[in-house]
Amino acid sequence: MTQPAVLPDPTGVPARARRASRMAGAGRPAWSLLVVVIAVLVATPVVAVVLDAFAGSRGITLPRGIGEMVLTTVALMFGVGLGTLVIGGGLAWLVTAYRFPLRTVLVWLLVLPLAMPAYILGFVFLSTFDVSGPVQGALRSAFGDGVRVPEVRSLGGAVVVMSLTLYPYVYLMARAAFAEQAPGTYDAARTLGASRARAFWKVLLPLARPSLAAGLALVMMETLTDFATVQYFGVKTVSVGVYLVWKGSWDFESASQLSALVLMFAVAVLAGERLARGRARYHQKGGRGQGLEAVRLTGWRAWAATAATLAVLGGGFAIPVLRLLAWAVGDLVADPASLVDPRFADYLVNSTVVATLAALACVVLSLAMGHSLRLGGGAVVRWAAQATTFGYAVPGAVIGIGVLLAFAALDGALEALGVPGGTGLLVTGSVAGILYAYVVRFLAPAYQAVDAGFAKVSPSMTLSAMSLGASPRRILTRVHLPLVRPSVAVALVLVMIDAVKELPIVLLLRPFGFTTVSVWVYELASENFWERAALPALVIVALAVVPVFFLFGQVRSSDAGHRRRVER
Amino acid sequence: MRRRSLVAAAAAATATALAVSGCGVLGAGEEAADLQVYSARHYDLEEAFTEFTDETGISVEFLYGDDAELLERLKAEGDDTPADVYMTVDAGNLWNAARQDELAPIDSAALDEAVPEDLRDPEGRWYGLALRARTVVYNPDAVDPAELDTADTYAGLTDPKWKGRLCMRDATEAYTQSLVASLIDLHGEERAREIVDGWVANDVEIMSNDVLLLEAIDSGACDVGIANHYYLARLLEEDPDLNVDLFWASQDGAGTHANISGAGVVAGSDNSEQAQKLIEWVATDGQSAFVDGNHEFPVNPAAEPEPLIAEFGEFKRMPINAEAYGERNAAAIDLLAEAGYE
Repeated sequence: MTQPAVLPDPTGVPARARRASRMAGAGRPAWSLLVVVIAVLVATPVVAVVLDAFAGSRGITLPRGIGEMVLTTVALMFGVGLGTLVIGGGLAWLVTAYRFPLRTVLVWLLVLPLAMPAYILGFVFLSTFDVSGPVQGALRSAFGDGVRVPEVRSLGGAVVVMSLTLYPYVYLMARAAFAEQAPGTYDAARTLGASRARAFWKVLLPLARPSLAAGLALVMMETLTDFATVQYFGVKTVSVGVYLVWKGSWDFESASQLSALVLMFAVAVLAGERLARGRARYHQKGGRGQGLEAVRLTGWRAWAATAATLAVLGGGFAIPVLRLLAWAVGDLVADPASLVDPRFADYLVNSTVVATLAALACVVLSLAMGHSLRLGGGAVVRWAAQATTFGYAVPGAVIGIGVLLAFAALDGALEALGVPGGTGLLVTGSVAGILYAYVVRFLAPAYQAVDAGFAKVSPSMTLSAMSLGASPRRILTRVHLPLVRPSVAVALVLVMIDAVKELPIVLLLRPFGFTTVSVWVYELASENFWERAALPALVIVALAVVPVFFLFGQVRSSDAGHRRRVER
Repeated sequence: MRRRSLVAAAAAATATALAVSGCGVLGAGEEAADLQVYSARHYDLEEAFTEFTDETGISVEFLYGDDAELLERLKAEGDDTPADVYMTVDAGNLWNAARQDELAPIDSAALDEAVPEDLRDPEGRWYGLALRARTVVYNPDAVDPAELDTADTYAGLTDPKWKGRLCMRDATEAYTQSLVASLIDLHGEERAREIVDGWVANDVEIMSNDVLLLEAIDSGACDVGIANHYYLARLLEEDPDLNVDLFWASQDGAGTHANISGAGVVAGSDNSEQAQKLIEWVATDGQSAFVDGNHEFPVNPAAEPEPLIAEFGEFKRMPINAEAYGERNAAAIDLLAEAGYE
């Protein structure tokens, strides 16, 4: 990215942007309306659940120990947030600013922990490190039964595991920011005599703040909606509370009231993110800089850098994959026939098709929203766009039920209007319901990425195109799309990975005969057939690696461009 | 420009291909089976039911899911639901589905005869079809079975001699909740609380699933614990030398805690006659096919348990009061939380 980048802020509205929006008037009504329509569609299932929860006459009931659950949730989010910030941000800095052995491969391998589904991770980690696992077994046989190990199944354990697997969100965003956003300003700081460290802390880091905040927001929302890992580690968050009330007391109303509380956490997270972005008003103008020169590390420092990176990868990816591989091989030796299960191909196609369609839909909608915002349109449009990201903070099962409720209401309304049969079995009779729920849930990562891309496009570009008489559609295809293409790639990859792993929504809304790989893993894992679940779990990881590989193409080409500049 | 239109064309082609293949894998073109079953029980049902299809000519399709989610789906689908049979694990879940009017009563002499009275709904809305026991397991190198309390083995684990030697499942697990709910039903809330407090005072080590728990006992990390009998059978099948023995709990008292998998005919079913036939088959001719693969006990006294679990010996089970399991579950969750049981 060599074009001048300005960070206009949709809520803070710096002077330039105000001018821009005056020039653009109230935006283009059709495009503004589109954003509002998207927001309404995305909000509908969530609103349906909330209405259902509070419409009853019973008032609000909160479970016992709710205070402790809230504190636990805050502690977990703080821990995981800090962990991912340090790991993700630190690694992004390391691979951007230094060259060390294996760096070119590690740059993209570091994204891989994203491919590991949470519902597998908890079990794999505990079966490896808990009292009955091989690690403590070895310790016991080496040092005797009295050997004391810190409790693995604990808040601390959960923070470590979740940090090791969620850091790629921060890593991806931070890397893009370090590599692309700041070269000119960094050069200026260096020319003016700032040391590398000072230029990093005083210039690069503040410039990267919006990106770090966006990545961190995704991490927080993942942490918030996780049921699986936290339950395995015995961490009683509010989401576990939702689960307990729903499954244990068969009280769906109170459970959805509690998930409204989860939503409030999400609002806080997103408000925090906007705040972090909003204060970052560093306009970067002019000049293609050389950017950060990657220093070649030598001697022990070089190997220490490689070792640190490998250690993170080992914890977040290699250990679980090796463990799964060992089980899969054991299972295949015992029963070689299971490798040629004829249903395998079906499941694979189903997973791929749904994930691809969901990713395309999310990216198209995100582009439309980013574009509309650029054309102006006022506070309503900005808030509508922001509202579409809340879906990510709602547990998948709750969104699924929201979709069911919304369609049940539509069905009833149609029947009341005299349409025979209403909508029939539209939601659960086809993949339409799954796709709708996926868009509701995964629009946030797509929009975060695309929005970050738009943030780097100077409003003056849009304005120039407008003043030259280009139509909004032409501006989208000829100006905005080419400029935000790298972000579009990131958005596609993030949604694909999330959609391939996704379980609760597809489990709840799938039609008869429609099974994905994640459902297959679930069917085996829920009955504790972990060895048989290992192979399909590895398939999910492999499926998710494909988009990561494409992303690597993006990373590499930006690297190559970077190197060319440096070498020139 | 040309390159862009090429990309656009490729994207359009891919989208079309995806949409078409999407329809193919949807099963939209396939003929639907006679019976549709929503099941929260996932253990290889297809295999068990090929026999049913062979015998009756009725084809069956399954949709696996989580119990609570499947129930919400049934409610939302209403009369449009494709489901004919709802199958789930845990008596409380069955009780709740019936309470929410999602199951239709059936009148079947065959079922009344095959299924013991405490394992079915008095109004015939659901029937237990497989039985699982939750009992005490121990490492024979570390525990002499004579040390275990035979009158109330679960309460006996509160004895200080088990301090630091005890492994159990987490409080979010339905198995734990249902055990405590049955203790509340049996002894009253006060005594049940003493028992849970006693486990906590013994520094109970919480495990995140039954397999991990059994492995912990095998490795000597714990000496004694509580687990479902079929997980032990499954591990013994893989490794006959597993160093874990089973103890039938409370045989001189109320009997061992048990729970059921069961099924009922969905209220919105448009094929309740064949649905009833399927449930009747599982409770009679299909008992072994249904329970043996998962090492569960048949509910029908006329059917024999499979050899591996038959080796565990006969046992007396605590009668199942589904309504109590259902209604006391919330109290059990609160009680566990208050006792600091994680």
